[in-house]
Amino acid sequence: MKFVTAILKPFKLDDVREALSEVGVTGITVTEVKGFGRQKGHTELYRGAEYVVDFLPKVKLEVAVTDQQLDAVIDAIAKTANTGKIGDGKIFVSNLEQVVRIRTGETGAEAL
Amino acid sequence: MKSTLPPFFLCALLSFSGWLSAEESATAAVTVADLAAAAAPVANKGDTAWMIVATVLVILMIIPGLALFYGGMVRVKNMLSVLMQVFAIFAMIAVLWAIYGYSIAFTEGNAFFGGLSKVFLKGVTPESMAATFSKGVVIPEYIYVVFQLTFAAITPALIVGAFAERAKFGAVLMFMVLWFTFSYLPIAHMVWYWAGPDAYTDVEAGAKAAATAGFIFQRGALDFAGGTVVHINAGFAGLIGAIVIGKRIGFQKESMKPHSVTMTMIGASLLWVGWFGFNVGSNLEANGVAAMVFVNTLLATAGATLSWMGAEWIDRGKPSMLGAASGAVAGLVAITPACGFVGPMGSIVLGLIAGAVCFWAVTSLKNMLGYDDSLDVFGVHAVGGMLGALGTGIFAAPALGGTGVYDYVANAVGAYDMLAQVISQAWGVGVTIIWTSLVSLISYKIVDATIGLRVSDESEREGLDIREHGETAYNL
Repeated sequence: MKFVTAILKPFKLDDVREALSEVGVTGITVTEVKGFGRQKGHTELYRGAEYVVDFLPKVKLEVAVTDQQLDAVIDAIAKTANTGKIGDGKIFVSNLEQVVRIRTGETGAEAL
Repeated sequence: MKSTLPPFFLCALLSFSGWLSAEESATAAVTVADLAAAAAPVANKGDTAWMIVATVLVILMIIPGLALFYGGMVRVKNMLSVLMQVFAIFAMIAVLWAIYGYSIAFTEGNAFFGGLSKVFLKGVTPESMAATFSKGVVIPEYIYVVFQLTFAAITPALIVGAFAERAKFGAVLMFMVLWFTFSYLPIAHMVWYWAGPDAYTDVEAGAKAAATAGFIFQRGALDFAGGTVVHINAGFAGLIGAIVIGKRIGFQKESMKPHSVTMTMIGASLLWVGWFGFNVGSNLEANGVAAMVFVNTLLATAGATLSWMGAEWIDRGKPSMLGAASGAVAGLVAITPACGFVGPMGSIVLGLIAGAVCFWAVTSLKNMLGYDDSLDVFGVHAVGGMLGALGTGIFAAPALGGTGVYDYVANAVGAYDMLAQVISQAWGVGVTIIWTSLVSLISYKIVDATIGLRVSDESEREGLDIREHGETAYNL
Protein backbone atom coordinates (compact mmCIF):
# COMPACT_ATOMS: atom_id res chain seq x y z
CA MET A 1 0.00 0.00 0.00
CA LYS A 2 1.12 3.53 -0.68
CA PHE A 3 0.31 6.85 0.92
CA VAL A 4 0.07 9.72 -1.54
CA THR A 5 0.30 13.33 -0.36
CA ALA A 6 -0.27 16.04 -2.94
CA ILE A 7 0.07 19.82 -2.60
CA LEU A 8 -2.25 21.59 -5.03
CA LYS A 9 -3.49 24.98 -6.08
CA PRO A 10 -6.77 25.37 -4.17
CA PHE A 11 -8.92 25.97 -7.25
CA LYS A 12 -7.83 22.60 -8.70
CA LEU A 13 -9.23 20.58 -5.80
CA ASP A 14 -12.63 19.75 -7.29
CA ASP A 15 -11.15 18.59 -10.60
CA VAL A 16 -8.64 16.39 -8.81
CA ARG A 17 -11.33 14.86 -6.58
CA GLU A 18 -13.38 13.90 -9.63
CA ALA A 19 -10.40 12.42 -11.43
CA LEU A 20 -9.53 10.35 -8.36
CA SER A 21 -13.09 9.02 -8.08
CA GLU A 22 -12.86 7.91 -11.70
CA VAL A 23 -9.78 5.78 -10.99
CA GLY A 24 -11.49 4.10 -8.04
CA VAL A 25 -10.28 6.09 -5.05
CA THR A 26 -12.97 5.87 -2.36
CA GLY A 27 -11.73 8.36 0.22
CA ILE A 28 -9.47 11.37 0.50
CA THR A 29 -8.49 13.80 3.25
CA VAL A 30 -8.04 17.50 2.45
CA THR A 31 -6.39 20.22 4.53
CA GLU A 32 -6.01 23.93 3.79
CA VAL A 33 -2.34 24.72 4.21
CA LYS A 34 0.19 27.47 3.51
CA GLY A 35 3.64 27.10 2.11
CA PHE A 36 6.10 28.04 -0.56
CA GLY A 37 8.28 26.38 -3.13
CA ARG A 38 9.85 27.85 -6.23
CA GLN A 39 6.85 30.15 -6.72
CA LYS A 40 7.90 31.93 -3.52
CA GLY A 41 5.47 34.46 -2.03
CA HIS A 42 4.26 37.88 -3.11
CA THR A 43 4.49 41.39 -1.68
CA GLU A 44 1.65 43.47 -0.28
CA LEU A 45 1.76 47.24 0.07
CA TYR A 46 -0.19 49.16 2.69
CA ARG A 47 0.31 52.93 2.53
CA GLY A 48 3.91 52.42 1.52
CA ALA A 49 4.68 49.72 4.07
CA GLU A 50 5.78 46.65 2.12
CA TYR A 51 5.16 43.19 3.51
CA VAL A 52 6.54 40.03 1.89
CA VAL A 53 4.00 37.25 2.14
CA ASP A 54 6.13 34.07 2.02
CA PHE A 55 3.41 31.53 2.49
CA LEU A 56 0.72 31.10 -0.12
CA PRO A 57 -2.51 29.22 0.43
CA LYS A 58 -2.45 25.66 -0.91
CA VAL A 59 -4.47 22.51 -0.46
CA LYS A 60 -2.92 19.33 0.93
CA LEU A 61 -4.62 16.15 -0.26
CA GLU A 62 -3.91 12.79 1.33
CA VAL A 63 -4.98 9.47 -0.09
CA ALA A 64 -4.11 5.86 0.76
CA VAL A 65 -4.09 3.46 -2.21
CA THR A 66 -3.12 -0.09 -3.18
CA ASP A 67 0.11 -0.68 -5.08
CA GLN A 68 -1.94 -1.45 -8.19
CA GLN A 69 -3.82 1.85 -8.03
CA LEU A 70 -0.71 3.97 -7.52
CA ASP A 71 0.26 4.80 -11.08
CA ALA A 72 -3.29 5.68 -12.08
CA VAL A 73 -3.67 7.91 -9.02
CA ILE A 74 -0.40 9.75 -9.62
CA ASP A 75 -1.32 10.15 -13.25
CA ALA A 76 -4.80 11.50 -12.42
CA ILE A 77 -3.47 14.07 -9.96
CA ALA A 78 -0.55 15.17 -12.12
CA LYS A 79 -2.71 15.64 -15.20
CA THR A 80 -5.64 17.42 -13.57
CA ALA A 81 -3.65 19.72 -11.30
CA ASN A 82 -1.32 20.85 -14.08
CA THR A 83 -1.68 24.42 -15.29
CA GLY A 84 1.87 24.67 -16.65
CA LYS A 85 2.54 27.65 -14.41
CA ILE A 86 4.93 27.84 -11.48
CA GLY A 87 3.28 26.88 -8.18
CA ASP A 88 1.25 23.88 -9.38
CA GLY A 89 2.44 21.84 -6.41
CA LYS A 90 4.00 18.40 -5.78
CA ILE A 91 3.10 14.79 -5.21
CA PHE A 92 4.85 12.79 -2.48
CA VAL A 93 4.58 9.00 -2.31
CA SER A 94 5.53 6.92 0.73
CA ASN A 95 5.13 3.35 1.85
CA LEU A 96 2.12 2.63 4.01
CA GLU A 97 2.57 -0.13 6.58
CA GLN A 98 -0.87 -0.61 8.00
CA VAL A 99 -4.45 0.59 7.69
CA VAL A 100 -7.27 -0.11 10.15
CA ARG A 101 -10.95 0.63 9.62
CA ILE A 102 -12.01 1.66 13.08
CA ARG A 103 -15.67 0.63 12.80
CA THR A 104 -15.09 -3.00 11.74
CA GLY A 105 -11.54 -3.70 12.71
CA GLU A 106 -10.63 -4.65 9.12
CA THR A 107 -6.94 -4.21 8.28
CA GLY A 108 -4.68 -3.87 5.25
CA ALA A 109 -6.04 -3.38 1.70
CA GLU A 110 -9.55 -4.36 2.81
CA ALA A 111 -9.67 -1.29 5.00
CA LEU A 112 -8.94 1.14 2.14
CA MET B 1 -6.81 50.95 35.52
CA LYS B 2 -6.82 51.05 39.31
CA SER B 3 -3.65 53.07 39.39
CA THR B 4 -4.63 55.33 36.53
CA LEU B 5 -8.00 56.65 37.66
CA PRO B 6 -7.10 58.95 40.56
CA PRO B 7 -4.47 61.03 38.68
CA PHE B 8 -6.77 61.24 35.71
CA PHE B 9 -9.59 62.75 37.70
CA LEU B 10 -7.23 64.85 39.75
CA CYS B 11 -5.85 66.25 36.57
CA ALA B 12 -9.28 67.13 35.26
CA LEU B 13 -10.08 68.88 38.51
CA LEU B 14 -6.80 70.76 38.65
CA SER B 15 -7.08 72.03 35.14
CA PHE B 16 -10.62 73.10 35.83
CA SER B 17 -9.96 74.88 39.11
CA GLY B 18 -6.97 76.58 37.48
CA TRP B 19 -9.30 78.21 35.04
CA LEU B 20 -11.65 79.35 37.71
CA SER B 21 -8.99 81.24 39.64
CA ALA B 22 -7.36 82.72 36.56
CA GLU B 23 -10.53 84.01 35.02
CA GLU B 24 -12.60 84.74 38.10
CA SER B 25 -12.19 88.48 37.89
CA ALA B 26 -13.06 88.72 34.22
CA THR B 27 -16.29 90.59 33.77
CA ALA B 28 -19.13 88.78 32.13
CA ALA B 29 -19.05 89.73 28.51
CA VAL B 30 -21.93 90.87 26.43
CA THR B 31 -22.27 87.78 24.32
CA VAL B 32 -23.46 87.15 20.85
CA ALA B 33 -26.55 85.53 22.23
CA ASP B 34 -27.30 88.54 24.42
CA LEU B 35 -26.99 90.90 21.49
CA ALA B 36 -29.19 88.69 19.38
CA ALA B 37 -31.75 88.46 22.13
CA ALA B 38 -31.94 92.24 22.37
CA ALA B 39 -33.11 92.48 18.77
CA ALA B 40 -35.09 89.29 19.37
CA PRO B 41 -34.59 87.67 15.97
CA VAL B 42 -36.30 84.30 15.65
CA ALA B 43 -34.50 81.19 14.44
CA ASN B 44 -35.60 79.84 11.09
CA LYS B 45 -37.05 76.33 11.42
CA GLY B 46 -35.25 75.20 8.25
CA ASP B 47 -31.88 76.34 9.59
CA THR B 48 -32.58 74.72 12.93
CA ALA B 49 -33.65 71.43 11.37
CA TRP B 50 -30.57 71.40 9.15
CA MET B 51 -28.25 72.01 12.09
CA ILE B 52 -29.82 69.12 14.02
CA VAL B 53 -29.23 66.83 11.03
CA ALA B 54 -25.70 68.15 10.51
CA THR B 55 -24.84 67.48 14.15
CA VAL B 56 -26.07 63.91 13.89
CA LEU B 57 -23.95 63.47 10.75
CA VAL B 58 -20.81 64.61 12.57
CA ILE B 59 -21.54 62.14 15.39
CA LEU B 60 -21.77 59.46 12.70
CA MET B 61 -18.29 60.47 11.54
CA ILE B 62 -16.89 59.69 14.99
CA ILE B 63 -18.93 56.65 15.96
CA PRO B 64 -18.68 54.48 14.06
CA GLY B 65 -16.99 56.23 11.11
CA LEU B 66 -13.58 57.19 12.49
CA ALA B 67 -13.55 54.19 14.84
CA LEU B 68 -13.99 51.75 11.94
CA PHE B 69 -11.63 53.66 9.62
CA TYR B 70 -8.88 53.38 12.23
CA GLY B 71 -9.94 49.98 13.58
CA GLY B 72 -9.62 48.29 10.20
CA MET B 73 -6.03 49.44 9.90
CA VAL B 74 -4.72 47.89 13.11
CA ARG B 75 -3.92 44.26 13.79
CA VAL B 76 -6.77 42.07 14.98
CA LYS B 77 -5.42 41.94 18.55
CA ASN B 78 -5.82 45.72 18.91
CA MET B 79 -9.15 46.28 17.14
CA LEU B 80 -11.22 46.89 20.27
CA SER B 81 -8.63 49.19 21.82
CA VAL B 82 -9.03 51.60 18.92
CA LEU B 83 -12.83 51.36 18.87
CA MET B 84 -12.91 51.88 22.62
CA GLN B 85 -10.53 54.85 22.61
CA VAL B 86 -12.62 56.67 20.01
CA PHE B 87 -15.91 55.78 21.71
CA ALA B 88 -14.74 56.78 25.20
CA ILE B 89 -13.12 60.02 24.02
CA PHE B 90 -16.39 61.02 22.38
CA ALA B 91 -18.29 60.44 25.60
CA MET B 92 -15.71 62.13 27.81
CA ILE B 93 -15.27 65.24 25.68
CA ALA B 94 -19.04 65.61 25.37
CA VAL B 95 -19.30 65.99 29.13
CA LEU B 96 -16.26 68.27 29.44
CA TRP B 97 -17.58 70.43 26.59
CA ALA B 98 -20.80 71.12 28.48
CA ILE B 99 -19.03 71.71 31.78
CA TYR B 100 -16.37 74.21 30.65
CA GLY B 101 -15.35 73.64 27.03
CA TYR B 102 -18.07 75.64 25.33
CA SER B 103 -17.54 78.60 27.60
CA ILE B 104 -13.76 78.73 27.15
CA ALA B 105 -14.01 78.34 23.38
CA PHE B 106 -17.02 80.48 22.58
CA THR B 107 -17.40 83.33 25.03
CA GLU B 108 -15.54 86.60 25.05
CA GLY B 109 -12.32 86.58 27.01
CA ASN B 110 -8.86 87.48 25.80
CA ALA B 111 -7.46 86.70 22.35
CA PHE B 112 -6.43 83.19 23.42
CA PHE B 113 -8.99 81.94 25.92
CA GLY B 114 -12.65 82.66 26.32
CA GLY B 115 -14.24 83.38 29.65
CA LEU B 116 -16.15 81.32 32.17
CA SER B 117 -19.51 83.04 31.85
CA LYS B 118 -21.13 79.93 30.37
CA VAL B 119 -19.57 77.15 32.45
CA PHE B 120 -22.10 74.37 33.09
CA LEU B 121 -23.94 75.93 30.11
CA LYS B 122 -25.09 78.74 32.37
CA GLY B 123 -27.51 81.01 30.55
CA VAL B 124 -28.05 78.68 27.62
CA THR B 125 -31.79 78.17 27.24
CA PRO B 126 -34.23 77.16 24.51
CA GLU B 127 -34.69 80.91 23.95
CA SER B 128 -31.01 81.90 23.71
CA MET B 129 -29.67 82.26 20.20
CA ALA B 130 -26.28 81.98 18.50
CA ALA B 131 -25.15 84.14 15.60
CA THR B 132 -24.60 82.81 12.08
CA PHE B 133 -22.74 84.42 9.19
CA SER B 134 -25.68 86.56 8.11
CA LYS B 135 -26.88 89.67 9.90
CA GLY B 136 -30.14 89.15 11.71
CA VAL B 137 -30.07 85.37 11.21
CA VAL B 138 -29.71 83.21 14.30
CA ILE B 139 -29.97 79.59 15.34
CA PRO B 140 -30.86 78.19 18.75
CA GLU B 141 -27.78 78.29 20.97
CA TYR B 142 -28.39 74.72 22.15
CA ILE B 143 -27.85 73.31 18.67
CA TYR B 144 -24.77 75.51 18.23
CA VAL B 145 -23.40 74.16 21.52
CA VAL B 146 -23.88 70.55 20.51
CA PHE B 147 -22.73 71.05 16.91
CA GLN B 148 -19.49 72.49 18.23
CA LEU B 149 -19.36 69.69 20.80
CA THR B 150 -19.02 67.15 18.00
CA PHE B 151 -16.02 69.04 16.57
CA ALA B 152 -14.39 69.14 19.98
CA ALA B 153 -14.96 65.39 20.32
CA ILE B 154 -13.69 64.23 16.92
CA THR B 155 -10.44 66.21 17.13
CA PRO B 156 -8.90 64.34 20.09
CA ALA B 157 -10.23 61.09 18.64
CA LEU B 158 -8.21 61.73 15.47
CA ILE B 159 -4.99 61.78 17.51
CA VAL B 160 -5.29 58.19 18.75
CA GLY B 161 -4.33 56.87 15.31
CA ALA B 162 -0.78 58.14 15.75
CA PHE B 163 0.03 56.01 18.79
CA ALA B 164 -2.41 53.17 18.15
CA GLU B 165 -1.45 49.67 19.27
CA ARG B 166 0.80 50.70 22.17
CA ALA B 167 -0.75 53.39 24.42
CA LYS B 168 -2.35 52.73 27.80
CA PHE B 169 -6.09 53.40 27.83
CA GLY B 170 -5.90 55.49 31.00
CA ALA B 171 -3.01 57.47 29.56
CA VAL B 172 -5.00 58.20 26.41
CA LEU B 173 -7.90 59.59 28.44
CA MET B 174 -5.67 61.65 30.72
CA PHE B 175 -3.76 63.10 27.78
CA MET B 176 -7.00 63.98 26.04
CA VAL B 177 -8.29 65.93 29.05
CA LEU B 178 -5.11 68.00 29.11
CA TRP B 179 -4.87 68.45 25.36
CA PHE B 180 -8.56 69.30 24.94
CA THR B 181 -8.33 71.91 27.69
CA PHE B 182 -5.06 73.56 26.74
CA SER B 183 -4.88 73.06 22.99
CA TYR B 184 -8.30 72.45 21.44
CA LEU B 185 -10.20 75.07 23.41
CA PRO B 186 -7.75 77.96 22.95
CA ILE B 187 -7.17 77.19 19.26
CA ALA B 188 -10.94 77.03 18.68
CA HIS B 189 -11.26 80.36 20.49
CA MET B 190 -8.39 81.93 18.55
CA VAL B 191 -9.74 80.85 15.17
CA TRP B 192 -13.50 80.98 15.52
CA TYR B 193 -14.55 83.30 18.29
CA TRP B 194 -15.96 86.59 17.05
CA ALA B 195 -18.77 88.89 18.12
CA GLY B 196 -20.96 87.84 15.19
CA PRO B 197 -21.99 89.80 12.10
CA ASP B 198 -24.56 92.00 13.83
CA ALA B 199 -21.81 93.76 15.78
CA TYR B 200 -20.31 95.14 12.56
CA THR B 201 -22.69 98.05 12.12
CA ASP B 202 -20.13 100.68 11.06
CA VAL B 203 -16.35 101.05 10.80
CA GLU B 204 -15.90 102.05 14.41
CA ALA B 205 -18.19 99.36 15.82
CA GLY B 206 -16.56 96.87 13.45
CA ALA B 207 -13.08 97.69 14.72
CA LYS B 208 -14.30 97.46 18.30
CA ALA B 209 -15.95 94.10 17.66
CA ALA B 210 -12.90 92.80 15.81
CA ALA B 211 -10.73 93.56 18.82
CA THR B 212 -12.74 91.08 20.90
CA ALA B 213 -12.24 88.22 18.43
CA GLY B 214 -9.73 85.38 18.79
CA PHE B 215 -6.06 85.92 17.97
CA ILE B 216 -5.98 84.04 14.66
CA PHE B 217 -9.35 85.47 13.62
CA GLN B 218 -7.91 88.95 14.14
CA ARG B 219 -5.03 88.05 11.83
CA GLY B 220 -7.61 87.51 9.12
CA ALA B 221 -7.11 83.77 8.72
CA LEU B 222 -9.99 81.94 7.11
CA ASP B 223 -10.91 78.50 8.43
CA PHE B 224 -14.42 77.54 7.43
CA ALA B 225 -14.78 74.17 9.13
CA GLY B 226 -11.60 73.47 11.05
CA GLY B 227 -8.44 72.99 8.98
CA THR B 228 -6.36 74.55 11.75
CA VAL B 229 -8.60 73.89 14.77
CA VAL B 230 -9.24 70.24 13.94
CA HIS B 231 -6.71 68.85 11.49
CA ILE B 232 -3.42 70.68 11.99
CA ASN B 233 -4.14 70.72 15.71
CA ALA B 234 -4.69 66.95 15.88
CA GLY B 235 -2.07 66.14 13.25
CA PHE B 236 0.81 67.72 15.13
CA ALA B 237 -0.41 66.35 18.46
CA GLY B 238 -0.26 62.94 16.78
CA LEU B 239 3.23 63.46 15.41
CA ILE B 240 4.56 64.51 18.81
CA GLY B 241 2.77 61.53 20.37
CA ALA B 242 4.24 59.04 17.90
CA ILE B 243 7.72 60.39 18.64
CA VAL B 244 7.34 60.62 22.44
CA ILE B 245 5.72 57.18 22.84
CA GLY B 246 8.16 55.56 20.41
CA LYS B 247 7.81 52.91 17.76
CA ARG B 248 5.74 49.79 18.08
CA ILE B 249 7.66 46.61 18.91
CA GLY B 250 8.62 45.04 15.60
CA PHE B 251 8.04 48.18 13.55
CA GLN B 252 9.36 47.62 10.02
CA LYS B 253 10.42 44.11 11.01
CA GLU B 254 7.15 42.30 11.60
CA SER B 255 3.97 42.31 9.54
CA MET B 256 1.59 45.05 10.70
CA LYS B 257 -0.92 44.62 7.93
CA PRO B 258 -4.37 46.15 8.42
CA HIS B 259 -6.66 43.43 9.74
CA SER B 260 -9.64 44.55 7.66
CA VAL B 261 -9.43 46.99 4.79
CA THR B 262 -13.16 46.33 4.43
CA MET B 263 -13.81 48.01 7.79
CA THR B 264 -11.54 50.86 6.77
CA MET B 265 -13.52 51.37 3.58
CA ILE B 266 -16.79 51.40 5.55
CA GLY B 267 -15.27 53.89 7.97
CA ALA B 268 -13.93 56.13 5.22
CA SER B 269 -17.34 56.12 3.55
CA LEU B 270 -19.06 57.09 6.79
CA LEU B 271 -16.51 59.86 7.21
CA TRP B 272 -17.20 61.11 3.70
CA VAL B 273 -20.97 61.10 4.26
CA GLY B 274 -20.68 62.58 7.74
CA TRP B 275 -18.36 65.31 6.50
CA PHE B 276 -21.30 66.94 4.74
CA GLY B 277 -22.61 67.62 8.23
CA PHE B 278 -19.20 68.82 9.32
CA ASN B 279 -18.53 71.22 6.44
CA VAL B 280 -22.02 72.17 5.29
CA GLY B 281 -23.19 72.44 8.89
CA SER B 282 -20.36 74.89 9.54
CA ASN B 283 -22.29 77.36 7.41
CA LEU B 284 -24.86 77.38 10.26
CA GLU B 285 -27.63 78.20 7.78
CA ALA B 286 -29.37 76.16 5.09
CA ASN B 287 -28.84 78.50 2.15
CA GLY B 288 -26.98 78.87 -1.14
CA VAL B 289 -23.54 78.95 0.48
CA ALA B 290 -24.42 75.70 2.24
CA ALA B 291 -25.20 74.14 -1.13
CA MET B 292 -21.88 75.41 -2.51
CA VAL B 293 -20.03 73.93 0.46
CA PHE B 294 -21.74 70.61 -0.26
CA VAL B 295 -20.54 70.64 -3.87
CA ASN B 296 -17.00 71.63 -2.87
CA THR B 297 -16.79 68.92 -0.21
CA LEU B 298 -17.89 66.28 -2.70
CA LEU B 299 -15.64 67.38 -5.55
CA ALA B 300 -12.43 67.90 -3.56
CA THR B 301 -12.81 64.46 -2.02
CA ALA B 302 -13.42 62.84 -5.39
CA GLY B 303 -10.37 64.64 -6.79
CA ALA B 304 -8.15 63.53 -3.93
CA THR B 305 -9.36 59.92 -4.17
CA LEU B 306 -8.43 59.89 -7.86
CA SER B 307 -5.06 61.55 -7.38
CA TRP B 308 -3.96 59.27 -4.51
CA MET B 309 -5.11 56.29 -6.57
CA GLY B 310 -3.24 57.56 -9.61
CA ALA B 311 -0.07 58.37 -7.70
CA GLU B 312 -0.08 54.93 -6.11
CA TRP B 313 -0.81 53.21 -9.41
CA ILE B 314 2.12 54.93 -11.09
CA ASP B 315 4.52 54.72 -8.15
CA ARG B 316 3.72 51.29 -6.75
CA GLY B 317 2.15 49.47 -9.66
CA LYS B 318 -1.28 48.83 -8.13
CA PRO B 319 -4.15 51.10 -7.05
CA SER B 320 -5.19 49.88 -3.58
CA MET B 321 -8.49 50.21 -1.72
CA LEU B 322 -6.64 51.43 1.36
CA GLY B 323 -5.05 54.08 -0.85
CA ALA B 324 -8.37 55.22 -2.27
CA ALA B 325 -9.90 55.44 1.21
CA SER B 326 -6.87 57.38 2.46
CA GLY B 327 -7.09 59.72 -0.52
CA ALA B 328 -10.73 60.46 0.23
CA VAL B 329 -9.89 61.42 3.81
CA ALA B 330 -6.96 63.57 2.62
CA GLY B 331 -9.33 65.42 0.29
CA LEU B 332 -11.90 65.91 3.04
CA VAL B 333 -9.21 67.31 5.31
CA ALA B 334 -7.88 69.70 2.67
CA ILE B 335 -11.27 71.09 1.69
CA THR B 336 -12.35 71.61 5.32
CA PRO B 337 -10.90 75.10 5.81
CA ALA B 338 -11.58 76.08 2.19
CA CYS B 339 -15.08 74.77 1.54
CA GLY B 340 -16.96 78.02 2.20
CA PHE B 341 -14.58 80.27 0.30
CA VAL B 342 -13.53 78.46 -2.87
CA GLY B 343 -15.39 77.46 -6.01
CA PRO B 344 -16.02 73.96 -7.38
CA MET B 345 -13.05 74.03 -9.77
CA GLY B 346 -10.75 75.32 -7.04
CA SER B 347 -12.00 72.43 -4.90
CA ILE B 348 -11.12 69.86 -7.55
CA VAL B 349 -7.61 71.29 -7.94
CA LEU B 350 -7.14 71.43 -4.16
CA GLY B 351 -8.29 67.81 -3.91
CA LEU B 352 -5.98 66.64 -6.70
CA ILE B 353 -3.01 68.30 -4.98
CA ALA B 354 -3.95 66.96 -1.53
CA GLY B 355 -4.28 63.34 -2.68
CA ALA B 356 -0.86 63.24 -4.31
CA VAL B 357 0.96 65.22 -1.61
CA CYS B 358 -0.54 63.20 1.27
CA PHE B 359 0.36 59.98 -0.60
CA TRP B 360 3.93 61.22 -0.71
CA ALA B 361 3.80 62.17 2.98
CA VAL B 362 2.69 58.74 4.20
CA THR B 363 4.80 56.65 1.83
CA SER B 364 8.03 58.66 1.55
CA LEU B 365 8.19 61.42 4.16
CA LYS B 366 7.34 59.05 7.02
CA ASN B 367 10.11 56.64 6.01
CA MET B 368 12.59 59.46 5.59
CA LEU B 369 11.90 60.82 9.08
CA GLY B 370 11.53 57.38 10.64
CA TYR B 371 8.70 58.01 13.13
CA ASP B 372 5.99 55.38 13.70
CA ASP B 373 2.71 57.23 13.18
CA SER B 374 0.63 54.02 13.14
CA LEU B 375 -2.32 55.27 11.12
CA ASP B 376 -0.79 58.36 9.49
CA VAL B 377 -2.49 61.08 11.49
CA PHE B 378 0.34 63.44 10.59
CA GLY B 379 0.64 62.49 6.93
CA VAL B 380 -3.07 62.87 6.28
CA HIS B 381 -4.42 65.38 8.81
CA ALA B 382 -1.49 67.72 9.40
CA VAL B 383 -0.17 67.69 5.83
CA GLY B 384 -3.66 67.83 4.30
CA GLY B 385 -4.69 70.46 6.82
CA MET B 386 -1.73 72.71 6.01
CA LEU B 387 -2.33 72.33 2.27
CA GLY B 388 -5.98 73.21 2.75
CA ALA B 389 -5.31 76.16 5.04
CA LEU B 390 -2.74 77.73 2.72
CA GLY B 391 -4.70 76.70 -0.39
CA THR B 392 -7.71 78.55 1.00
CA GLY B 393 -5.73 81.79 0.66
CA ILE B 394 -5.11 81.05 -3.01
CA PHE B 395 -8.37 79.52 -4.20
CA ALA B 396 -10.61 81.92 -2.27
CA ALA B 397 -9.58 84.55 -4.82
CA PRO B 398 -12.58 85.61 -6.92
CA ALA B 399 -10.25 85.46 -9.95
CA LEU B 400 -9.88 81.71 -9.31
CA GLY B 401 -13.59 81.14 -8.79
CA GLY B 402 -13.56 81.78 -5.04
CA THR B 403 -15.97 83.88 -3.04
CA GLY B 404 -13.46 86.39 -1.70
CA VAL B 405 -13.90 87.69 1.82
CA TYR B 406 -17.13 89.31 2.93
CA ASP B 407 -16.80 92.72 4.54
CA TYR B 408 -19.50 92.97 7.20
CA VAL B 409 -19.07 96.73 7.54
CA ALA B 410 -19.49 97.45 3.82
CA ASN B 411 -21.98 94.58 3.50
CA ALA B 412 -20.21 93.44 0.33
CA VAL B 413 -17.32 91.27 -0.80
CA GLY B 414 -14.13 93.27 -0.33
CA ALA B 415 -11.13 93.59 -2.66
CA TYR B 416 -9.02 90.44 -2.59
CA ASP B 417 -5.28 90.49 -1.92
CA MET B 418 -4.02 86.95 -2.41
CA LEU B 419 -0.58 87.48 -0.91
CA ALA B 420 -1.99 89.15 2.18
CA GLN B 421 -4.54 86.36 2.58
CA VAL B 422 -1.91 83.62 2.23
CA ILE B 423 0.16 85.40 4.89
CA SER B 424 -2.92 85.51 7.14
CA GLN B 425 -3.42 81.81 6.53
CA ALA B 426 0.23 81.15 7.38
CA TRP B 427 -0.31 82.93 10.71
CA GLY B 428 -3.12 80.53 11.48
CA VAL B 429 -1.05 77.51 10.48
CA GLY B 430 2.08 78.65 12.32
CA VAL B 431 0.40 79.62 15.57
CA THR B 432 -1.56 76.36 15.61
CA ILE B 433 1.54 74.23 14.98
CA ILE B 434 3.58 75.90 17.71
CA TRP B 435 0.74 75.97 20.23
CA THR B 436 -0.41 72.38 19.78
CA SER B 437 3.14 71.01 19.61
CA LEU B 438 4.12 72.63 22.92
CA VAL B 439 0.92 71.69 24.70
CA SER B 440 1.16 68.15 23.36
CA LEU B 441 4.77 67.68 24.39
CA ILE B 442 4.15 68.92 27.92
CA SER B 443 0.94 66.92 28.26
CA TYR B 444 2.56 63.68 27.08
CA LYS B 445 5.42 64.21 29.53
CA ILE B 446 3.01 64.82 32.41
CA VAL B 447 1.08 61.65 31.60
CA ASP B 448 4.27 59.65 31.16
CA ALA B 449 5.62 60.84 34.51
CA THR B 450 2.39 60.05 36.38
CA ILE B 451 0.75 56.94 34.97
CA GLY B 452 3.02 56.06 32.03
CA LEU B 453 2.08 56.37 28.38
CA ARG B 454 2.94 52.95 27.14
CA VAL B 455 1.76 49.45 27.95
CA SER B 456 4.28 46.78 28.92
CA ASP B 457 6.09 44.86 26.19
CA GLU B 458 4.13 41.79 27.17
CA SER B 459 0.80 43.59 26.77
CA GLU B 460 1.87 45.02 23.44
CA ARG B 461 2.79 41.55 22.20
CA GLU B 462 -0.42 39.94 23.39
CA GLY B 463 -2.60 42.80 22.23
CA LEU B 464 -4.36 45.69 23.93
CA ASP B 465 -7.81 44.13 23.55
CA ILE B 466 -7.13 41.35 26.04
CA ARG B 467 -4.71 43.22 28.26
CA GLU B 468 -6.44 46.60 28.51
CA HIS B 469 -10.08 45.71 27.93
CA GLY B 470 -10.37 41.99 28.73
CA GLU B 471 -12.12 40.98 25.54
CA THR B 472 -11.47 40.05 21.92
CA ALA B 473 -12.98 41.64 18.84
CA TYR B 474 -14.01 38.54 16.99
CA ASN B 475 -15.12 35.33 18.67
CA LEU B 476 -16.00 33.38 15.57
